[in-house]
Amino acid sequence: MTAATDEILSFEEAMEKYDPVLGFEVHVELNTRTKMFSSAPNAFGDVPNTNVTPVDLGLPGVLPVVNGVAVESAIKIGLALNCKIAEKCYFARKNYFYPDTPKNFQTSQFEDPIAYDGSIDIELADGTVFTVEIERAHMEEDAGKLTHMGGATGRIQGADFSLVDYNRAGVPLIEIVTKPIEGVGSRAPELAKAYVAAIREIVKNLGVSDARMERGNVRCDANVSLRPYGQEKFGTRTETKNVNSLRAVEHAVRYEIQRHAAVLDSGTPIQQETRHWHEDTRSTTSGRPKSDADDYRYFPEPDLVPVVTNHAWIEKLRAELPEPPAERRKRLQADWGYSDAEFRDVVNAGVMSSIEDTIAAGVSAAVARKWWMGEISRRAKLADLEPAELGVTPELIVELNVLIESGKINDKLSRDVLDGVLAGEGTPAEVVEKRGLAVVSDDGPLLEAIDGALAAQPDVAAKIRGGKVQAVGAIVGGVMKATRGQADAGRVRELILQRLGVEG
Amino acid sequence: MTDLIHLSAHSLAQKLASKEVSAVEATQAYLDRIDAVDGAINAFLHVNTDEALLVAAEVDKARSDGDTLHPLAGVPIAVKDLIVTKGQPTTAGSKILEGWQSPYDATVVKKLRAAKMPILGKTNLDEFAMGSSTEHSAYGPTRNPWDLDRIPGGSGGGSAAAVAAFEAPLALGTDTGGSIRQPGAVTGTVGVKPTYGGVSRYGAIAMASSLDQIGPVSRTVLDSALLHEVIGGHDPHDSTSLTDPVGALVEAARMGQVEGMRIGVIKELQGEGYQAGVLTRFSESLELLRSAGAEVVEVSCPNFRYALGAYYLIMPSEASSNLAKYDGVRFGLRVVPEGTPTIERVMGATRAAGFGDEVKRRIILGTYALSAGYYDAYYGSAQKVRTLIQRDFAAAFEQADVLISPTAPTTAFKLGEKIDDPLAMYLNDVATIPANMAGIPGLSLPGGLADEDGLPVGIQLLAPARKDARLYRVGAVLEALLEETWGGPLLAKAPEIAGRK
Repeated sequence: MTAATDEILSFEEAMEKYDPVLGFEVHVELNTRTKMFSSAPNAFGDVPNTNVTPVDLGLPGVLPVVNGVAVESAIKIGLALNCKIAEKCYFARKNYFYPDTPKNFQTSQFEDPIAYDGSIDIELADGTVFTVEIERAHMEEDAGKLTHMGGATGRIQGADFSLVDYNRAGVPLIEIVTKPIEGVGSRAPELAKAYVAAIREIVKNLGVSDARMERGNVRCDANVSLRPYGQEKFGTRTETKNVNSLRAVEHAVRYEIQRHAAVLDSGTPIQQETRHWHEDTRSTTSGRPKSDADDYRYFPEPDLVPVVTNHAWIEKLRAELPEPPAERRKRLQADWGYSDAEFRDVVNAGVMSSIEDTIAAGVSAAVARKWWMGEISRRAKLADLEPAELGVTPELIVELNVLIESGKINDKLSRDVLDGVLAGEGTPAEVVEKRGLAVVSDDGPLLEAIDGALAAQPDVAAKIRGGKVQAVGAIVGGVMKATRGQADAGRVRELILQRLGVEG
Repeated sequence: MTDLIHLSAHSLAQKLASKEVSAVEATQAYLDRIDAVDGAINAFLHVNTDEALLVAAEVDKARSDGDTLHPLAGVPIAVKDLIVTKGQPTTAGSKILEGWQSPYDATVVKKLRAAKMPILGKTNLDEFAMGSSTEHSAYGPTRNPWDLDRIPGGSGGGSAAAVAAFEAPLALGTDTGGSIRQPGAVTGTVGVKPTYGGVSRYGAIAMASSLDQIGPVSRTVLDSALLHEVIGGHDPHDSTSLTDPVGALVEAARMGQVEGMRIGVIKELQGEGYQAGVLTRFSESLELLRSAGAEVVEVSCPNFRYALGAYYLIMPSEASSNLAKYDGVRFGLRVVPEGTPTIERVMGATRAAGFGDEVKRRIILGTYALSAGYYDAYYGSAQKVRTLIQRDFAAAFEQADVLISPTAPTTAFKLGEKIDDPLAMYLNDVATIPANMAGIPGLSLPGGLADEDGLPVGIQLLAPARKDARLYRVGAVLEALLEETWGGPLLAKAPEIAGRK
């Protein structure tokens, strides 16, 4: 991998001198059953070149047919981004020769995207809100996937040969383009991350994309330029391509700001070009020069008829839109009565929906939070999984909670019960039975254990008798140990105090 | 049954239905004819002997079993080699596709198979249908059965010559600017360009998507109507295909009456640039229609003068993009140049070696016309002209039910005569191009032989979009009146072809 050789300024110094302007092109892969223009399955991870029809391979004589579901998805995304929806729009051919594009043109939209002129509010961690204007969201098809074999860089230049997988060719994409984002100052890297996170969340919430960045379902090209404070004209921009994790988006924007600042400080103009992001070195390297006059020879796609929408259809889709994620968060926090900090932790842990479902299944907001932020998050971290991926259902939590509240088991035992259920040993009740995990409720064995514990710690016993009731914890601990946790700690405490003739 | 091959498709179908003739006999007769004369004509790039006979045998078996068959079942057909077929090569007349076999059938081919029409083979054409003489084929020119030193028209010279030389009763062509009608005119056969969207383009190798249309080639108007009904209709694989049912075209051809119809003579498509013998035959046809009760009126289409220029911007623009896929990466020819074979160099070498001059000329033209800074002046203006031409037609069809003109300004020219003069070659399509620009249907039928050279003259009929039936209605009448004056079909006057294998 290429090492970073560019000079960079410290971020703080860069921010002192320059005003950053951002712009994003986010590509969202839709999760439609079939591709944008063919009946081939839209699926990830299959054997290369199996999800293809003659259309996807661009064989002689083939014609595209628009996927109606993809058009609906595009409209939903447009509506969720508060865009206007075109009454009539066209597909266009973007002509360029590259082996991942079977026809050597990409069918896209050019002059008239399906959605345009929108905006979304982006909330940063501290509650600051920036409004990002959306220029357009348009439909297009994904390219195939190239793997370059041999050579030092993994790129096509210098490779011994390249392999191409057309399974991805023709997968429906929505490209969301922002207007230039000005006035963000030092919050630029944060905003970059928050913007892409918001887009991801919106398309996931709409159900139109799997929105998994690690699979390339959401890919971000980040444009950065700097200008001296007070200057109206934008500086020359660079476009860092395919930054494919939220953290990388933040780092890439930060890095480019620092790099631009150093270049500008040295008196050299910024080269308008694409940049490649390298996760290992956390830096970018030069891609290809990109001018505004890149000539793709766009023209209207003559093999397709215009996409015509109508008011009734759009309003029907608008009415069916799910609650926007930001509004939903506000509503849920109010309903649950969590503090801002508690709620942010819940969101960051990715368990908001799980908590919502668990509350709906019949436990209090506090209990749901205790489970998802406590035991389940702990296990997820150990297993390197998302909490929701552990297989813990809301119903299971309700059952465990019922067992705890009825005194049948305690918190500690509930973890063993959870182990058993996840190991496939049956329902919580069955696991309690099979593993013999029920709290010891018969006083006989408890008294025996209490006597043992008192005898083992006579000095503590004396203190309690002397009125230091708070010392009882040590004896309770001893009893719990002796009963391997299967005692009801409350009952143990009562019995100890009775035994010693002290009022609790 | 030596005369089997001279039967019209309609007559042959009747003899097949009455079991007077078997499909295998008919198919074999055509295969024998191909064997005897195609060495001289070069209409076929591939002869599909085994499969054609197999299908014919299936038809005969089905018929003897009493199965219900399509009226054209067992009637053989030739397919222009621009239309993809499973199990046979498809070359588009280009070296770049030499040896390539399609893994899928074009929709029209599926329909031929469903009707159980034996496919005799694939016919020659100008490379990627770019040309008016079939001389731009990478596999040698096709010769005109009327005079082997002359061109059979283009791009569909192979289909027209095959039908004219009795090597096939029917053929499929494609028409982007006249590639069905102009070959029909110069070979004394019938050719129809249906309304744009009337026949699925799925599986027709695209030259200019907004202009291309598949259509029938035959020896009689009725035969074209029969074939048109087989191949027409909506196809979900082609977004531009019309949802209308194909219409009662055969009935229109049978009904054939013109009394009280208004026939519009297009003022701009006659006179200067048109051969005298062509105009004489054209006037005679007008007289015959008048005598049959039609009202002949003159209409003006002033914007047609821009049609050729606009066509030569739109067509190459779309072609430059449609032909980008031929790059040696996935199929067809791949040329690996000396030195370091980068992807750009492989693509470049493949296209340099695989495409002929006319194809390269149009790719360069189109690439230029679509370039930033030139797009509005060229492609944009051409699209405006297209709208003007559509308006001219709309106004003309206010005054006339059908329009009429010579199909081509001249009879067949000599091989090699215009090969080095692209503009002269392009002018041959001046009368056929407007229909493609407007998406309307057109039919060419034989109008007799020009006095000065004894070669066939074509008469073109044009109708409003979706009114293809009118072409058959008027065409059948004119054909009958003309054949009366000739004492039989025009092709009966064609010279015997000396078998040269």
